[in-house]
Formats: sequence, C-alpha cells, structure tokens
Amino acid sequence: MDKVTVALAGNPNSGKTSIFNMLTGARQHVGNYPGVTVEKKEGLCKYDGYEITVVDLPGTYSLTAYSIEEIVARNFIIDERPDVVVDIIDASNIERNLYLATQLIEMNVPLVLAFNMSDIARQRGFVFDIEQLSKLLEARIVPTVGNKGKGKKELLEAIIKTADEGSIGRTHRITYGDEIENELAAIEAIIREKEGDLAKKYGARWLAVKLLEQDKDMTSKVGSGEVLQTVSASVEHLRTIFGDEPEIVIADRRYGFISGACQETIESTVESRHSMSDRIDAIVTNRALGLPIFLILMYLAFFLTFKLGEWPMIWLEQFFGWAGNMIAGFWPAGSDNWLKSLLVDGVISGVGGVVVFLPNILLLFLAIALLEDSGYMARAAFIMDRVMHKIGLHGKSFIPMLIGFGCSVPAIMGTRILENRRNRFTTIMVIPLMSCGARLTIYMLIIPAFFADKVILQAGIFTIKTQALMLWLIYLIGIVLAVICAKVLRLTLFRGETIPYVMELPLYRMPTLKSVLIHMWQRGWMFLKKAGTIILAISIVLWAAMSYPKPSQQSLAGLEPEQAQQTELAYSVVGRIGRAIEPVLKPLGFDWKIGTALIGATAAKEVFVAQLGMVYAVGSGNQGSETLREKLQANYTPLAGFCIMLFCLISTPCVVTIVMTKQETNSWGWALFQFFALTALAYAITLIVYQVGSLIAG
Amino acid sequence: MPRKETEQKQVRPLSMVKAGETVNLAGIEAGRGLNSRLASMGLVAGVEITVVKSGRPGPFVVSVKNTKMVLGRGMAQKIMVV
Repeated sequence: MDKVTVALAGNPNSGKTSIFNMLTGARQHVGNYPGVTVEKKEGLCKYDGYEITVVDLPGTYSLTAYSIEEIVARNFIIDERPDVVVDIIDASNIERNLYLATQLIEMNVPLVLAFNMSDIARQRGFVFDIEQLSKLLEARIVPTVGNKGKGKKELLEAIIKTADEGSIGRTHRITYGDEIENELAAIEAIIREKEGDLAKKYGARWLAVKLLEQDKDMTSKVGSGEVLQTVSASVEHLRTIFGDEPEIVIADRRYGFISGACQETIESTVESRHSMSDRIDAIVTNRALGLPIFLILMYLAFFLTFKLGEWPMIWLEQFFGWAGNMIAGFWPAGSDNWLKSLLVDGVISGVGGVVVFLPNILLLFLAIALLEDSGYMARAAFIMDRVMHKIGLHGKSFIPMLIGFGCSVPAIMGTRILENRRNRFTTIMVIPLMSCGARLTIYMLIIPAFFADKVILQAGIFTIKTQALMLWLIYLIGIVLAVICAKVLRLTLFRGETIPYVMELPLYRMPTLKSVLIHMWQRGWMFLKKAGTIILAISIVLWAAMSYPKPSQQSLAGLEPEQAQQTELAYSVVGRIGRAIEPVLKPLGFDWKIGTALIGATAAKEVFVAQLGMVYAVGSGNQGSETLREKLQANYTPLAGFCIMLFCLISTPCVVTIVMTKQETNSWGWALFQFFALTALAYAITLIVYQVGSLIAG
Repeated sequence: MPRKETEQKQVRPLSMVKAGETVNLAGIEAGRGLNSRLASMGLVAGVEITVVKSGRPGPFVVSVKNTKMVLGRGMAQKIMVV
C-alpha cells in the first residue's frame, strides 16, 4: 500500500478541524509536539489503495516566528517534509486566508487549496473562476463544505495527484517590487556561497525573504557573518527608501499579489453586510443583555457538567462497589488476605477513583465543544474580559475557574481553551483555590460541629444564619486568594504581555453532532490514558501506606471494629507520619489525628472525613458523623475548626489535581510547584490565623 | 469668496472612531511582532476598517475585509486611521 503524509494548514476558524474530522473520522490521535504544549493531532485515512496520514497543524494566520504555533507548523513542514500540504481556506473570506497560502507557495511545498465553507461563500454571492485561480497559484483547488462532508472524494483525489507529482518547480513567483527584489538577489547570492547547507534545506530564496523580514528563528540559524551583514545593510537600505520595516512592505506586497489574483478570478454579486451573525451579536454582546445571557449559559454549562453527571457517577460507583464485592467473594468472608486487600481496596478503589471523573470530563467537554463550535466562546471571552483583565487574566479564564467550583480536575483540563501559555498556566495554578465539591464534605462536617445555627441578621425574608455565612465566607476567601495569587503570578513568574488582544469573531454556526462527539471522545480518552495510569499507581501507593505495616493480631484482639481500625491506622505508615509531623502542625492548632487525616486526604479530599472517623474510632454513616462532630467539639476550639477548613481550602485538593496539572503543563516541575506552593501558602495563612486568633481569644 | 470644501482627513487612533464609521488604516504604532500579526490578520495599510462597536469602555469590535475582530483598548490606540 502506498503511504502518503498530508499536513493540514489554515487560519483559525477556517473549518480546518471539520476537514480533519471529515478525512479521518474517529481514527484520530492527539498528542503534543515534543517539548512544547502545542497539541499535535494525527489521523489515518484509507483511499484508493493509499494509506494517508493526516496531520492537523495548529491554526495560524501566517508562518512567521512570532508564536510557538507558527514555529511548530513551519518546522513540521520543513523538517518532516509531508508529501502534500493542504491549506484550508475560508472561501467567504478569501483574501485574508490566502495570506498563509502565499507563504506556503514561497516554501515551494506541493500544495492543495481547499476552499472550505463554499456553501457560505455561494450564499454571500461569490463566484470563483477556479481554473484560472488554480493556474495563478499553481495549486489544485477543491471546493469543500467540511462540516457537511462535501468534497471529501475530490479533495482526496487532488491530494493523491499532487503527492504523485511531487515537488514541481514553480513558474510564477510572488515578486516584491524592484527595490526588494534587488536586495533579495544579493542576499540569495551570498547565501548560496556561504551557507550552502541552509540553502539546500530551506531554499535560497525563501531563506532570503525570511532574513529580510528579520525572522528571529531563521536569523539564529545563520552562522556566516557576511550573510548577516548583507542582510543588515539591505534592511537599512529598504528602511530608508520605504520609511517602514521591510517586513511590513513585504506583507503589503503579498496582499497586493493576492488582490491581483482575486480581482481577475472572483466575482462578488451580492453585497451582504448584515448577516445572521451580526443580528445575534447585537443581542449577545449588548451591554445590558450580554452579561446576563453569559451568566445563564455558564450556569447551564455548570449544571450540565455536574448535575447530569451525577447519574453516571452513581452508576459507576455502584458498579465498582459490585466489582469490589465480587472480587472479595473469592476469599472467605472476613479474610484479611493481602491480595484481596490490594485488589479491592487498592486497585478497584483506585481505578474507580479515576473513572469516576469521566462523566464530568465528558460532559464538560461537551459543553465546551458546543460553546466553541457555535462561535459563542469568542463572544464570551469578550464579555468577561473587562473583569478578568483586572486580574491579569483572559476573559476565557472565567470558564475553567467556574468549573473549578465543582471539581478541579475537569477545570484544569478545560484550560485548553486558553491559547496563551502564561494565561493558561496562571489559571491552572489558581484553580485549586476555587473550593471544589470534595471539600464541601469537610465543611459540612466541621461547620455544624463548631458553629451553632444562630440567626445573625434578619431583614424581611432574608435571614442570614451563622452556618450559611461561614460556608459563604470560606468560598469567598478562596476566590479572593485566587485573585491575589493570579495577580502575583502574572507579575512575577508569568509576567509579560500576553499576545495582544486581537481576536477574530467567527460567524455563528450550528455545531454538528459528529464534531462535538469526536471532541468529547478525544478528551475523555486522553484523560483515561494519560492521567488514569498515574492516578492508579499513586492510589495503590497511598493504599499501601494506609494499610501497612499492620499491627499483630494479638494487639487487635478484643477490640471493637472501629477501635481495631483506629489501631491499624495509627500503626501504618500514614499514621506514623501523622505523628511525626505533629510538632509542625501544633502551631496551626492541629494534632497528629488531624495530620493523619490530612495525609490520607491527599488521595481525595472526601477521604479526610473517613480518615478522621477512623482515627477517632467512630463508625461511618450519619450516626458516625454526629458522633464525630461531638468528638471534634470536645477536642478542638472553634478557631482550630476554622483553621482546618482554611488549610483544606488552600492546599491541593487531591492527587488527581496534581496529575492533571502535570498533564496540562507537560511537566512534573510545575505540578510539584503547585503542590508545594499551595501547601506552603496553606501553612502560612493557617499559622497566622491561628496564632493571631489565639492571641485575640486568649 | 466661497469657502473651499477641503476634506481634512486627520490621522487619528482607531480608539477615537465612533461606531458605524468606516476608516482606512494609515499605520500601526507597535513593535514588529504585533505589526506582523495584525498584518497577517488583514490589517495592512490602506485597508478599510468599519467600527462595529466602539469600546468605551472595553474592547472594540471592527470589521475588516469581511471578518469581524475584537481589539483590546490598548490595541485600538495603536492603530492609526484616516
């Protein structure tokens, strides 16, 4: 079977993803380009005896060296030498979209142009002389409608034919006018002389153009001082003649070329100015309506993710409970076999702990896919931007942060919608401060234990009670801290201008079921494969630390089951560590029992309550909770109780969060930084609060 | 003597243009990176820009060559139009 590699290039919003989906269906694979956090999408397509590997390059407006996406796309084309590059063009917006094509033409790659969204173009009254345009650009042109699957066969035909032809010498060249061409000739000559290898790899003319544009990436590859001097002189010369950077003049000339080609070949019969999109925008970005509409949609997204996710989660929990019992059934009842414990409490519990996130993640990405594919996401960013900007974050950051109130894990995955690395990393770092659902179990234990439900304020129908106020206070502290930390991070670690605020507002369109489902499936699969394995490993380690070493049978004889558990826990690694760190925790008002529970809670915050119950030899269930609350009240002051909540709020929610951070930042370094930074912050703040509080109270 | 009708076309920043007005790009007062990015998105000298929503306060929404774009306030101040 003949193998062909195809790279898909194109502007963002040109429908590139729909073409990719059209060609590869569900046979896709998402990864990262080595060393960077840019996504790499690859898929397979079989046609007419050919096996076609399709690589979806990041969407870019051009191939300069100003953004990591462009560099990645460019390097892929140069280094991996795909057999064909398909430039996906929004046919209703040709002139802007062809800018990228001109750069591909200059790279002399075997090129096919897909005039995508050709249905919209026709609606808008555009008529193309495809043959003539094809001749001028020296590339096959195929009209397509990606999200309806139209043009697939013709596109594949064009790809195969172009691949078979290979790299042809081009007869038409984009010329930049005499002044620039003169300089280019001189630079080309010296490149051929002094940097023969580079000339062979990149093409002398292309390299010359890049150097004249002062492309950082290419300039750094040139060793010869003479070449650099010639370029420098040329740049100066052109600056003087044009009164502008050569780069700008070159861009201008490119558009001139495009304009010329289009004028000969494209007719526009209908002037459509007020389309459906404009009408929708008038409502959605309206100063009065915009924010309420946005908040409603956010509420729906949150609702979809967590409420709807409840049912599958319950089924999954039941399934894993059943599986656990089934496996345990292989041993006689009450047996204490290590393998049984490993399988049931370690593996099944661990796997269950991972898979239980899947419904939330799938639903979240369903919501995100709907928001993005419909085009609304861009408007949402625009609406929230004013608020987010004050914290130094992008408007889009609002969405993952909102999700963080339910669970950090899908929230961190959701930061994918942020293109800018600095924004994304900052958002990932502060998401854990959005008090998640798991922590709620802790608050629900502690607040009623220490704070009687008294009425503080009564104004008409509004009653403010202590307990609700305390809960609200905790959430508020989390938000305030997040804002402060985000600001600090953006001024220190992640400082600098984010990519300047320029964003395209794409047309609104109906998301297709196929694209949305593919999107969901990809994310869910990525989560399982990457995060799943690590989380499972860590769960098993934690299980071992909580179960071993075991005290001897004699020491347990005669004890009630809860007391036996308490002894076992104290004897285990986790219990010992709890005791060992007690001196460190004393200034916070904690003791070794709290310490033990906190360590166990790194697996998942819900574990805190269970562990505390075990430490106090209290049974589980509601009766147990009541008893536990009594014990807490007896052993700690309300201030200490508040500090427990504070510590849990600020420190990392669970080990899964850390793994998620690692996955999204592509580095254990950042994940561990987040863990230690949050823990240190939690310690510091709790320490101050407890000490100061004690002084005031005492 | 009849007053001559001279159309004084002042070069001004985009941030001073009202919603509904159509202007032409004169130049961009920014570094090469920003210039290049804006150029690749269609903002080159001479191109027609229609202001859809003026950003007082908040981002600007403009229409350039059939595309709608959002520009931050800082951006709009750097884009000179006529």
